[in-house]
Amino acid sequence: MHGFANPKRFLGLAAWLTPLCLLLGLALTGGALAWGLFAAPADRLMGETVRIIFLHVPFAWLGMGGWAAMAAASLAFLVWRHPLAALAARAVAAPGAVFTALCLATGSIWGRPAWGTWWVWDGRLTSMLVLLFLYLAYIALAQAAAREGVSARIPAIFALLGAINLPIINRSVVWWNSLHQPASITLGKSTIDPAFLAPLAVAAFGFSLLFGGIVLARMRALLADAQADARLRRQALEAA
Amino acid sequence: MVREALDQWDFVFAAYAIGIAGTLVTIGWSWLGMKRAEARRDRARRR
Repeated sequence: MHGFANPKRFLGLAAWLTPLCLLLGLALTGGALAWGLFAAPADRLMGETVRIIFLHVPFAWLGMGGWAAMAAASLAFLVWRHPLAALAARAVAAPGAVFTALCLATGSIWGRPAWGTWWVWDGRLTSMLVLLFLYLAYIALAQAAAREGVSARIPAIFALLGAINLPIINRSVVWWNSLHQPASITLGKSTIDPAFLAPLAVAAFGFSLLFGGIVLARMRALLADAQADARLRRQALEAA
Repeated sequence: MVREALDQWDFVFAAYAIGIAGTLVTIGWSWLGMKRAEARRDRARRR
């Protein structure tokens, strides 16, 4: 684990892992979505709208998983001072925010025919919206810290504090009355019919690969920018 | 009682369009950003 904190080793690994994750992710996600759209049956209660599950659930998992990864990377940065850990947390923020926004959008579209409304201020939807705002706040904070030369510890502490929202999202359907259904999949248990579970598993794996590929690409971009800035600063000092 | 005649497929297609477009735009934006940053680093090394 500590060995991968070396930027040179990371770049060697990311050079082939980035296109592999993206290409494999595109193939698996495309296949799973086509399967869900054309081959999976309609649900007895939800009808055709059940097909939205193959997008909505992976977006929700990755929106929450993204923040968990940011918190873990931030903890690694605060404890071990890994040079790439703070960079990894920054790289996860943008795709995490996009996937959370897509979760809210697809959920809202699903809610209209299923519940008769686009939005309700219940625990699950509101805590997921809070997660989106936390992502936006983290992005603004991390950019300001990098621009002003302020310590990266401030966004790292913010990422750790923001992780408090994750168990709230998870337990919101248990703690409060909600239009949103309770969890259908928990550790080692599923109440979803295999006809839906199989394409959902492939879609979740495909979207996870895409998310990983995006994070690797963003890490490479942030690292290349940092290296270019350092090189230009050194050249300016030598010229002076 | 008023009943709405909603075509469920309209909602399915809307969700797929937004989800797929959002994902593809994020992939393209990240890939181009990475290529641009790496080209900038290579230019700085050659100077």
